[in-house]
Amino acid sequence: MAINPADFDFISKIVREQCAIVLEKGKEYLVDSRLMPLVHQEKLESIENLVRKIKSEPRGSLKDAVIEAMTTNETSFFRDIHPFETLKKEILPELLEKRKAKKELNIWCGASSSGQEPYSLVMLLKNDFPQLNSWKVSFSASDISNQMLNRCKSGIYSQLEINRGLPAPLMVKYFERIGTEWQVKEDLRKMIQFRIINLSEAWPMMPPVDLLMMRNVLIYFDVEMKKNILGRIRRLLRPDGYLFLGAAETTLNLDENFERMPFKQSGCYRLKQG
Amino acid sequence: MRALVIDDSRAIRLILGQILKALKFEIIEAGHGLEALERLKESGPVDLALVDWNMPEMNGFEFVCEVRKDDQYKDMKLMMVTTETEMAQVIKALEAGANEYVMKPFTKDMIVEKLTLMGLELD
Repeated sequence: MAINPADFDFISKIVREQCAIVLEKGKEYLVDSRLMPLVHQEKLESIENLVRKIKSEPRGSLKDAVIEAMTTNETSFFRDIHPFETLKKEILPELLEKRKAKKELNIWCGASSSGQEPYSLVMLLKNDFPQLNSWKVSFSASDISNQMLNRCKSGIYSQLEINRGLPAPLMVKYFERIGTEWQVKEDLRKMIQFRIINLSEAWPMMPPVDLLMMRNVLIYFDVEMKKNILGRIRRLLRPDGYLFLGAAETTLNLDENFERMPFKQSGCYRLKQG
Repeated sequence: MRALVIDDSRAIRLILGQILKALKFEIIEAGHGLEALERLKESGPVDLALVDWNMPEMNGFEFVCEVRKDDQYKDMKLMMVTTETEMAQVIKALEAGANEYVMKPFTKDMIVEKLTLMGLELD
């Protein structure tokens, strides 16, 4: 049974309060699909019962479980491919040239979900830029969800997930078979520091970033929060660093200090130069 | 573009054929590796071959080995689509000259993504 309007409003309110994510009218199907597994898991029979239980136990863990369910987003290895091609052919060669004196590179994946994006980037670095082995590469990956961070850290993926977007030569090079699942090799997992960050709240101190991936996450926020986040990215990004958004996302009408780079379907931006 | 779909299951050939036809491929089918080689002799090189592993007469691995011996097929993209999921099998196929590998069960998205990874320009 579809969620009723009052329960939809309640869920929208707590999601907005906790993580500034906006669920507009019309997204009832999304709430249904995301929360029904939780309903079954908790043996509550309906979203109505779920909402009733949250209201009766406002400090219980069920509210957190709802946030986790609503903020988990599908991802895949080398998703959309074009950003990774741009990174390989344009961005990383340029950054490595610019940073070759200090041999330092700082990277942040700001909405890593189950980890396929940061691991895709790490595989790209290891496979195509072996000179980085002698560099100091600081690689952070963050998400709002503790459950997702734990998945990231484990680096374990199902056959279905491995089949999505991951080049087979990279699979044999960087994964090990663990029973029926596949795990990223330890040396790659160790390259990434995973941390919980709620993008709508204060961020921990971070050094200036050369490469920032914030793909397919701003779409969930309202305009004010988008501007807020882009403003903080602007202060964090090095003047010649690069930001990647989702291909359908834009800084237009949000922050005029960014310019879009002319790389096919890459969602690549940098701070306006000069 | 033209694709050769090689699987001893007619149902799988049908499903893969439909996925590729939607991407504007012209399809040639074969039920095993020997038949696939005959089709290639008749048609000339194709752009893509989707290759099952376990088939009668000549299996998919043997087909890949045979194709890679012949220079006229050097630009053909070969992708295994198979229930063989052991790492050793994946390595064996790639070393024999397969370009990509999809483990059954597959979805349309998986096939399309792998075709893009192999550099095929899709509609």
